[in-house]
Amino acid sequence: MYEDKVMDYFNNPRNVGDIENADGTGRIGDAGCGDIIKIDIKVADRHIVDVKFKAFGCCAAIATSSMATEMAKGKTIKEGLAISNEAVAKALGGLPPQKMHCSNLAADALHEAIKDYQKKQAQ
Amino acid sequence: MKRIYLDHNATTSLDPEVLKAMMPYLTGEFGNASSIYECGRMAQKAVVEAREKVARLIGAQSDELFFTSGGTEADNWALKGAAEALRDKGNHIITTVIEHHAVLHTCEYLEEQGFEVTYLPVDEYGLVDPAAVEQAITDQTIIVSVMYANNEIGTIEPVEEIGKIVKEKGILYHIDAVQAVGKIPVDVNAIGVDLLSMSAHKLYGPKGVGALYIRKGVKINNLLHGGAQERNQRAGTENVAGIVGFGKAAELSCDNLIETAERLTRLGDRLAKGITEKMDHVRFNGYPLHRLPGHVNVSIEFVEGEALVMSLDMQGISVSSGSACAAGSADPSHVLLAIGLPHEIAHGSLRMTLGKDSTEADVDEVLTILPRIVEKLRAMSPLYQ
Repeated sequence: MYEDKVMDYFNNPRNVGDIENADGTGRIGDAGCGDIIKIDIKVADRHIVDVKFKAFGCCAAIATSSMATEMAKGKTIKEGLAISNEAVAKALGGLPPQKMHCSNLAADALHEAIKDYQKKQAQ
Repeated sequence: MKRIYLDHNATTSLDPEVLKAMMPYLTGEFGNASSIYECGRMAQKAVVEAREKVARLIGAQSDELFFTSGGTEADNWALKGAAEALRDKGNHIITTVIEHHAVLHTCEYLEEQGFEVTYLPVDEYGLVDPAAVEQAITDQTIIVSVMYANNEIGTIEPVEEIGKIVKEKGILYHIDAVQAVGKIPVDVNAIGVDLLSMSAHKLYGPKGVGALYIRKGVKINNLLHGGAQERNQRAGTENVAGIVGFGKAAELSCDNLIETAERLTRLGDRLAKGITEKMDHVRFNGYPLHRLPGHVNVSIEFVEGEALVMSLDMQGISVSSGSACAAGSADPSHVLLAIGLPHEIAHGSLRMTLGKDSTEADVDEVLTILPRIVEKLRAMSPLYQ
């Protein structure tokens, strides 16, 4: 059902946790549909210097969150916004078709976190 | 890695004794049971003996049993065959919201054919209220179909009480007993049922064979048309090896029914007790007083079922979940929603169904591994504080 890489990122998730005093937080999904992803970012000099996630959801939700955080770390804000859900799935070697829409929302959560940061900067 | 299989409601392993009984009919004894020469007669005799064994398991007479390709065919035959046969008497069917899809989707098909179906709700334990059955009956009602025991939460329905009401009104009564037969005593005469569906692979028999019990005198239309097999009522060359396997499996479960049920109840209680002791924020689903032996369905809050199932699988433990992801659908199990679980709790459900080869050591191993997995997943969960 899942590629080995998905199971690796599910079983050994990278960047799990919360960032205290995060510069931006993104949250997507709801418990009713079975997936919630939360991503915290720390930004310095327009770069995402730290990123952590928490996820309630299936293997795909956890693996994509884990992969998205890894892809975002060290990137500029602009580069972070350019990471797509499809790119995250591709980096994991692909997801089963039924997971592409419902459990592949990690990049959206990352974008929400970046927008939250930008909103705070604008204030 | 030793695998611990705790999904006996999905299917069971083939009992070695059953395989042994089947082997001659998969090898040398290949005759068609309809042929009149020696090897055909041998096959015919084997089918007759198997029919007697399966009949004995449910207290029926052997000429009331018709072999099918499985539980799904039996359910389809019972409902479509009865609905068509009784069409001039009425067009109303009563069933419940927690039936297996073999019944639910057949009822939906019958609705497309012009029948009206009432889907009765259940209470928080998954119990159907016999009074609700009585209230739902109209002068158009021709069939009442209720499952004996629910495949997901294990609740055993008050089939005898419902039977009394249904029989009093002279309505045809079908029971989907796929999960009950071989696990708890089933007696068609005590219930007063007219049609009863069963499947071999739930009781250590082979896949691809089941049976429909049709009470003597009850007439339903055929589902399959063709040859004269099964006394002109179910066409198709007999699956002799499968039928023999079903017979042997029925005989074995008949012999050990009560002891196995008692042992599995104790093991299931040990598992549930261990879960309660080792984890917080868990709730058990199903009727505590009257449930299939060795059936544990538990919702573990703040985690999702597929993640639990896959994590347990990596540790060699096979279980199932009512979460949407585990079922490959958009919504969690219709049964868990029907007993009133909120979506997020239903997503975190695990079904563990023990079987005759399950041991205390298996249960204790699960009780060591499961809490660790839950702890790890909860540490990742934004819902868990």
